[in-house]
Parts: sequence; structure tokens; C-alpha cells
Amino acid sequence: MQRYLFLLMLWAPLSWAAIDAYEFRTPVDEIRFQELTAELRCPKCQNQNIADSDAPIAKDLRREVYRLINAGAADSEIVDFMVTRYGEFVLYRPVVNSHTWFLWYGPYLVLGVGALVILMIVYLRKANRRARPDAKKTELTAEERARLDALLEKDNKG
Amino acid sequence: MRKLLLFIPLALFLGMGFFLWKGLYLDPREIPSALVDRPMPAFELPSLTEPERNLTVADLTGEVALVNVWATWCPTCKEEHSFLNQLAQQGVTIYGINYKDEPVKATAWLQRYLNPYREVILDQEGRLGLDMGVYGAPETYVIDAEGTIRYRHVGAVDANVWKQLQAVIEQVEGAGA
Repeated sequence: MQRYLFLLMLWAPLSWAAIDAYEFRTPVDEIRFQELTAELRCPKCQNQNIADSDAPIAKDLRREVYRLINAGAADSEIVDFMVTRYGEFVLYRPVVNSHTWFLWYGPYLVLGVGALVILMIVYLRKANRRARPDAKKTELTAEERARLDALLEKDNKG
Repeated sequence: MRKLLLFIPLALFLGMGFFLWKGLYLDPREIPSALVDRPMPAFELPSLTEPERNLTVADLTGEVALVNVWATWCPTCKEEHSFLNQLAQQGVTIYGINYKDEPVKATAWLQRYLNPYREVILDQEGRLGLDMGVYGAPETYVIDAEGTIRYRHVGAVDANVWKQLQAVIEQVEGAGA
């Protein structure tokens, strides 16, 4: 039983990825094909790349990538080809431009703001302490001592 | 001052809440066409009605028109077809792109459900569709008299969508005049 289960597990990943029988001129072309199709987003089924998707449009786009690779197009040319037709939407790794600037650098910006806030808090505390040096003193006044004693006494009795 | 600082988390929460709430009503399937304000891609494809005759971009220019991408395998195309017929009767120029379909089935469809199209381009391999960034039928484009794409709608055309398309057409015609 276990052996069969193991065989099933081996087979499972194959059924997820769409399979096309493409022949490449060089192994490098094949790697390029796999990288490009993994990085291009399927316009129909938006949470999949065109390598994984079984949608007819993804199949067409894979065929197109294959055709362009065999025609000798560079990776950047293939990506441009897709972007002029389907927009920047198809890029899983968007290019850095004025639209996507915040997407790329926003997190660093937020991190910077956070660091500033922490520095400010630390600075304010220090300044506070410097302004009231006696605030650090923990000893109680006679009056406070008497009140504390009374409270403790009450507690012990209760 | 201190008290005001306490409201920062609330303000952040409200800000994020607003954007998330707005996100509920956005349709992620609506992708702006990369081809808006760009010319129709060049093509030379046979006409569905007269297969011996080839159509090019020149056949679509001259006036503001709709270009409708359809196929017989597409249920939503059937849904919108009667509305397209109505539009054609009102005098709207509609060109059809029969996208990745079988000509025999497409011809039978037009005989059965009537033909609202001035010309039907036969794009059996989907090459023109690919050049236009079509990712699912039906899609309807507004093109101006020079054949420049002005608007793209994905999904069925109904009375509501037609209002949007009409606004675009009026704007395009206004700019051209």
C-alpha cells in the first residue's frame, strides 16, 4: 500500500504543471523558456504564471514564447512583446518606474519612518530625564512611607 | 499633544480600512488595455462571410466603430449577441473578430442568431487576438475613424456597458469633429 502511495506522490507534481511537447535547439533555450514562462503572469487566471496555467490563453502565450525564443529573440524582447500586448500586468516582477516606485521602495520608506519614530521616542525620554534629574529618585518621602505602611497594615489584617 | 498621538493607530486603522473596503468593489479581472490610444495592430485575415476576400485594418477605418471579439464556444458571447443585434439596428457600426473558432460553426451561428457585424474577421489561430491583448471572449473595443483603439471592455455588452461605450464614442466623435 505504502509503495503505491509513494508512486502516487511522485506522479502528482506532474499533473499540476501544464505539459507541452516543445523541442529546443539548445538546453539554454529550454532554461530560458522555463524561466520566462514562470515569470509571466496569465491574464485569464491571474494567480498563475503561464507555465502553470491550463487556460487556452496561457497555452497560446507559451507557444508565442517558444516561437520567439526559436526566432532568436532576447529575453527582454520577449518580455516587451508581452507587455505591449497585455500591459505591465503580465509581469510578476514589475519594472521599476514612476508607477511602481512605491511598490519597490515603499517598504524601506516605512522602515525608515519606523526607525525615526523609535529614535524620537528614545531621544524624548532622555531629554525628559535630563530635564528632571530627581525624577529618577525612587526613595519615598515620609508622607508616602506613612501611607504605604498604613496600606500594608490594612492588608495584613484582612 | 500626547492625547493626539493616541489617535494615530485609529487613524491608521481607518485609512487601511478604507482601502480594503474599496478593494471589495474592485474587479481584479479588469485589466486596462495596453493598446488604448494605440493603432489597431496590422493584420491580413480572411473574411468569414467571403473567405476568398482578405481584410486589413483599412477595412475597419472611416468612422468610429465597435470591434467585438467573439466565438461560438463562448457562452457570454451568446448572451450579448441579441444586444449587439439591437445596436446594429440602431445604426452602430460593429466589426466582428471571430476568435479561435471554426468557420462552419461561426457561419451557422450568424445565420441562426443574425449578423450584427459589418465585417467579420476570421482569426482562427488567434494571432490578431494575441496582438490585441485579448485574453477572453467576449471583448469589445471602441476604435476611432483612424483605427486607433480608444477603449476596451472585457465581458458582455449590455445596456449599462453600452452607456459607457456611448460616452467614449461621443467623446471620440467630439474630438474628431
